[in-house]
Amino acid sequence: MERLTFDLATTSLRELNTFLHTDAKEGKVEAVTVVNPDGAHNIAVGLDCPISVEVVGHAGYYAGGMNKSATITIDGSAGTGVGENMMSGKVHVKGFASNGAGASAQGGLLVIEGDAGLRCGISLKGGNIVVGGSVGSFSAFMAQAGTMVICGDAGDALGDSLYEAVLYVKGSVKSLGADAQYEPMTDADIATVAGLLDKAGLDHDPKAFKRIASQRSLYHWNADANQEY
Amino acid sequence: METKPVHFKNVSREESHGYDRKTLDYIRNAAAHGLYEIRGMGAKRKLPNFDDLVFLGASMSRYPLEGYREKCVTKTLLGTRFAKKPIELDIPITIAGMSFGSLSANVKEALGRAATEMGTSTTTGDGGMTPEERQSSKTLIYQCLPSRYGFNPDDVRRADAIEVVIGQGAKPGGGGMLLGQKVSPRVAKMRTLPEGIDQRSACRHPDWTGPDDLAIKIQELREITDWEKPIYVKVGATRTFHDVKLAVHSGADVIVVDGMQGGTAATQTCFIEHIGIPTLAAVRQAVNALEDLDMIGKVQLVVSGGIRTGADVAKALAMGADAVAIGQGVLVALGCNGETYYQNGALHAAEADYTAIGAAPGFCHHCHTGKCPVGITTQDAILEQRLSPEVGAKHLRNYLKTLNMELTTIARACGKQNVHHLEREDLVALTIEAAAMAGLPLAGTNWIPGQGF
Amino acid sequence: MCGIVGLLVKTPALRERLGELMVPMLIGMTERGPDSAGLAVFGQPLPESERKISLYSGLTEDGADFNWLGLSHELKSHLGVSAQVEAKGNHAVLSFGLAPEVVKRWVKEHYPKLHILSTGRSIDLYKDIGTPAEVAARYGFAGLKGSHLVGHTRMATESAVTPDRAHPFTAGEDFCLVHNGSLSNPNGIRRMLEPRGISFETDNDTEAACRFLEWRLREGDDLETALQKGFEELDGFYTFLMGTPDKLALIRDPFACKPAVVAETDDYVAIASEFRSLAHLPGVKHAHVFEPAPEEMYVWNA
Repeated sequence: MERLTFDLATTSLRELNTFLHTDAKEGKVEAVTVVNPDGAHNIAVGLDCPISVEVVGHAGYYAGGMNKSATITIDGSAGTGVGENMMSGKVHVKGFASNGAGASAQGGLLVIEGDAGLRCGISLKGGNIVVGGSVGSFSAFMAQAGTMVICGDAGDALGDSLYEAVLYVKGSVKSLGADAQYEPMTDADIATVAGLLDKAGLDHDPKAFKRIASQRSLYHWNADANQEY
Repeated sequence: METKPVHFKNVSREESHGYDRKTLDYIRNAAAHGLYEIRGMGAKRKLPNFDDLVFLGASMSRYPLEGYREKCVTKTLLGTRFAKKPIELDIPITIAGMSFGSLSANVKEALGRAATEMGTSTTTGDGGMTPEERQSSKTLIYQCLPSRYGFNPDDVRRADAIEVVIGQGAKPGGGGMLLGQKVSPRVAKMRTLPEGIDQRSACRHPDWTGPDDLAIKIQELREITDWEKPIYVKVGATRTFHDVKLAVHSGADVIVVDGMQGGTAATQTCFIEHIGIPTLAAVRQAVNALEDLDMIGKVQLVVSGGIRTGADVAKALAMGADAVAIGQGVLVALGCNGETYYQNGALHAAEADYTAIGAAPGFCHHCHTGKCPVGITTQDAILEQRLSPEVGAKHLRNYLKTLNMELTTIARACGKQNVHHLEREDLVALTIEAAAMAGLPLAGTNWIPGQGF
Repeated sequence: MCGIVGLLVKTPALRERLGELMVPMLIGMTERGPDSAGLAVFGQPLPESERKISLYSGLTEDGADFNWLGLSHELKSHLGVSAQVEAKGNHAVLSFGLAPEVVKRWVKEHYPKLHILSTGRSIDLYKDIGTPAEVAARYGFAGLKGSHLVGHTRMATESAVTPDRAHPFTAGEDFCLVHNGSLSNPNGIRRMLEPRGISFETDNDTEAACRFLEWRLREGDDLETALQKGFEELDGFYTFLMGTPDKLALIRDPFACKPAVVAETDDYVAIASEFRSLAHLPGVKHAHVFEPAPEEMYVWNA
């Protein structure tokens, strides 16, 4: 069996996910198509095998949540927390994504061709996120590691309380958050951006991006008071 | 000759209640540092607690059971609402969530060993699951916290239950802190942070806000685990009546209510002492909420925050808890605030190390410094050797055994063959405050303050 | 904590199908709000001199057997007003050619347990406890007609599950509001408004927002100015959807923690907390689907 289609109008989400966790993991299929998602939540969550899942339509919350190894494509838009806590693999949203896209992702690649809502890449822990459009306010809040490439604009407080994640923005930034700063683009940065744009299938000039990273002034809560807590 | 009267200078020793020495210290510290104080442990102020309740043991109207011989069941089931594999415990006393990071790996292992021996569960904390604790714990509850440090699907699948932490009794509404001294290379790696930095934890989950969204998050965790594992929801006690109802609406199998006496490894003192309500008040609100929704016996209630003794456990159960979780008491059993530690077959004095961090045995709340003189709340390579998993496990097992013996002996004295048959009518209150908060009559009366005469 | 839905039809022919299109939207929000549900529908306004009020008898002793015709007879004999009655069980719409305050005062005096749901020339309002499907069936939501409507499913946070605490909330005439979220200063707002003669019927946080905004509108602010003042005064998390006789308006707080999705075609604008409530709408596959931005005002004209 090569490709199997699940119609969420007639099949339960539980059946789909159970199949993806068991039969799919045993290698019984290479690809799954999900039709009539109609905004259902938790489509293809917790996958743990290199399967390809295509969702034809709009997905609800947490599509592809905690993904490992799988490649999940959503033809439409995605709700809150798409690809949250992803470990590896890829989640690709062709439309827009709601709040908290890629929240806490530890690995893998999240591509959003349209805009992303607020708090995109919040608590990012190592994953890569490429947004073709713009991102909402508080994106990359407390992002710890990993990379975000934003081809459009960014809202308020971008990169607030950043740790070691690095952000690249092509458009305008409404405001930087506490402890975030612009830094010069090096050749390595340009190569990183070019590589991620290539993987995402987006065409932009990597040299046109600005680099944002942490000033690290919040790293020590009481840096100038002799650590007397 | 005229004698001069002797004139004594009268020095006033009247301390101000508003500006007592504690307050003076506080203001001087604030003036010196420009920062609020962060410390460990729970609220130190005097609060109405389980000591303010007493049991009405059996006498003429009811008949007691023999203290050691007649059976008294302590078996406890948690997570029976939706999960295919509920948690089965031999005793209703569990180990509260405490992180590897705040505690050493040895301590986490000790907790697992003791809990396994006693047939109960232990819980991870902010920072993920260590292989040592997974291996040593037969039943391990895996916390999903706002920061999601170290949270990953493999450990979700390895866990026996998932606990979504919304708040903690020591700091409802606040995120945690882990000061740089404790962000060792291993802790840093698990949490994806640079070594030695002061870690700030978020106060809100990154991908949901409110019970309507939590319902979807819980469904996600169920889908990921194919509906096998119970989902706990932990709240810090504030508007507990509403919060418990909303946790039920969100689909929780088990609700953990942590009162303000609950501990912390590092939190602002102003949170510890000034946010949240006492456990005694919270447990009654939680039970009222479950009764309102007809969820008693369907959604289980775990109570934590200041549970220290077997009598506390018995009272919490009588109030309506299905189980309790203990944090600080467990640490004390391991040697927290003790004068000595046991290493290489001998006792050693810890006094000097307490002095070095500005503390003393019995007064120490310096978990945040990472320099725990008895090797519990530390990541220091030398200090952590002061508590071995074997010694820790032995003491903790003894402590849990004692609590369980006290629990069953009290239950038997109240005529119960099962500790879960203790009921709130078995209790009366000694103070008006406790009577009002717990909704129990003042001893010797049928008066429940606030509920008419 | 709740689900919200809104629907405004641009094509006049669709006005006949407004209720039918909306019912699946409301039912789609059941998991977000299983306790109670309600909606306000705006239709052709009555003449300038006339008003209508929506009434709920579920809290009276007679409940669904309430004698609505008797009520209109009493109004006739006491106030000399001929009121048209459209009743369905515990709900009725009374239309009359008299100042609504006179009628409402009389109702409150003689039938204190009768709950007045709304007042105006365009608005009819229904709300009750039960699942969205139960409430929709109870009041025949599928048969409702009109240009636009605002609907809600409720998961009660801090106030009890009662019909009067369900949404939409109304204040003044032809204004209603539904809310997803939780305000953190509703009591302060309430204490600010009460000395200005504004009285409250419930302890619900949403009522504070509703009365605050209606007060600003009554004080002469246009919708935009009123909402701007709302951003300054109302603290907490919210997505608000509001209805007036010719407008549907949506705002989200700066953190936009509570979700909202809009689908717009040439025929309609549909709003819901989640896309799953929009999936059934005709032509939605080709609709312009987007998420409203925080702190922005979205206003659609009927």
